[in-house]
Amino acid sequence: MTRLLRIALAGLALALAAPAAHAQTGRDVPPPAQTQNPNGANPTAGAVTEDQLFRELNKLQGRISIPDGKAAVLEQPQGREWRAFRESWLPWIAGVAILGMAALLAIFYFTRGRIRLEHGEQSGEKILRFNSFERFTHWMVAFCFIVLAISGLNYILGKRLLMPLIGPDAFAAWSQWAKYAHNFLAWPFTLGILFMALVWLRDNIPNRIDVQWIRQGGGFLGDGHPHAERFNAGQKIVFWTVILGGFAMFGTGLLLLFPFSAADINGMQLSQVTHATIGVLLTAAILAHIYIGTLGMEGAYDAMGSGQVDLAWARTHHDLWVEKEQAKTASGPQLRPRATPAE
Amino acid sequence: MARMKFICDAERCIECNGCTTACKNEHEVPWGVNRRRLVTVNDGKPGERSVSMACMHCTDAPCAAVCPVNCFYTTGDAVVLHSKDLCIGCGYCFYACPFGAPQYPRVGNFGSRGKMDKCTYCSGGPEADLSVAEYEKYGSNRLAEGKLPLCAEMCSTKALLAGDGEVIAQIYKTRVITRGYGSGAWGWKTAYRETVAI
Ligand code: SF4
Ligand code: SF4
Repeated sequence: MTRLLRIALAGLALALAAPAAHAQTGRDVPPPAQTQNPNGANPTAGAVTEDQLFRELNKLQGRISIPDGKAAVLEQPQGREWRAFRESWLPWIAGVAILGMAALLAIFYFTRGRIRLEHGEQSGEKILRFNSFERFTHWMVAFCFIVLAISGLNYILGKRLLMPLIGPDAFAAWSQWAKYAHNFLAWPFTLGILFMALVWLRDNIPNRIDVQWIRQGGGFLGDGHPHAERFNAGQKIVFWTVILGGFAMFGTGLLLLFPFSAADINGMQLSQVTHATIGVLLTAAILAHIYIGTLGMEGAYDAMGSGQVDLAWARTHHDLWVEKEQAKTASGPQLRPRATPAE
Repeated sequence: MARMKFICDAERCIECNGCTTACKNEHEVPWGVNRRRLVTVNDGKPGERSVSMACMHCTDAPCAAVCPVNCFYTTGDAVVLHSKDLCIGCGYCFYACPFGAPQYPRVGNFGSRGKMDKCTYCSGGPEADLSVAEYEKYGSNRLAEGKLPLCAEMCSTKALLAGDGEVIAQIYKTRVITRGYGSGAWGWKTAYRETVAI
């Protein structure tokens, strides 16, 4: 009974599908009635069909006889979603984040202007703000980050912006070097992030002073300077952005650098999505950091340049820190408080 | 111009790996790189099927879309090819490809990938047809000699068909109708956004 029913159904399906088949190839299909399986039975009625598998699974996998585990995935339509992310979403996320940040900074610069040293912020006396190890770490991370950001953005925007200008051959050669730079500089970058976490974590634990600092707009808006310890709330935000973002980049980057060692195809896609998204957001955030450390605020650069800042400047911007430093020795401003700088 | 496609009739495929061997030999594909492979689904269970899979030469190919150096191009026969001179071995095409077709020789440190290698539909690359440079980078160019891909030509059961999409679809359709069953044109919906209507 069921067999008869099945044959009848199959016949019906064939009859229904025939016009569609004709439309597709433009050829005549032999009429189904005469082309039944000669013995009338279907020995592989239980066979899987691709359609059926896709209804149950999101990707097709099987057994493979070559020593390449990832080859066992027969079909993964998720590649399409990844493509949509990479080609339709990512360039926009990158463009909006980075150009948006640049625009914000430009607006800030032209309305608020450069934050000048106030009267009486130049006492002539210096205080050591960052010792040589701290500065070395900062500049190592900074250099790596800039190269990583440019070579990373090259994966997203290079073919859209740079390739039309320099042609495919030069662009491919540049991209090859950018890829090597990206792969190798990831390591000193991560090491630097680790050092930063070690030397600055202690001074970056959020506390009540930060709340007050934020409430007063950090001194950016309006006049007056809220109290701050070694790092104010804004700097703490930069610190945590860099530390958390940096480690996230390292984690996802590691998965991408050793493809398929710990993740399957969907894991690899997800790693790339996370790596690229955090990467462009981090780049936008660092733009703001670069702005405020150079163009945005007079005197700020010295801290990472020579490592020494004017005592009066430090009193204005990091009053609680200066107090603490000076309390350590009775002798006023100190040039060599902690670790011995290399000079 | 033909629109070249592959079809694997899984009811006929006996997983002899003749196609993969033919491919390896014809193009002198290096160790570790598999332009064509056999995947067996439902292995050991009723309804087990083996499918021979390589690059399907997709319509609107995902690999070409994601490549950061735009090194892909589509020939007049709708074959998706790429330039190894431009490829930087980033591996993105593998993430986008629904069929796991792109392959990378392992070179250098970390999981570093060399220039991508994949099925060329036996039609070489951007170099001059049948040149030594083309053979060394991409393997032989049978299409330029008027021949079809060797994997399909060699297939002992004629499970794997290569040729103009309409022609091979018609052959497959006739088979399915004659024998009364078929597990579908594997990969067609994903690659070409259409299937062989039976
Ligand atoms: S099968 Fe993969 S490699 Fe081939 S054209 Fe399609 S996406 Fe590209
Ligand atoms: S591995 Fe080569 S072909 Fe593939 S996306 Fe990267 S650059 Fe393009």
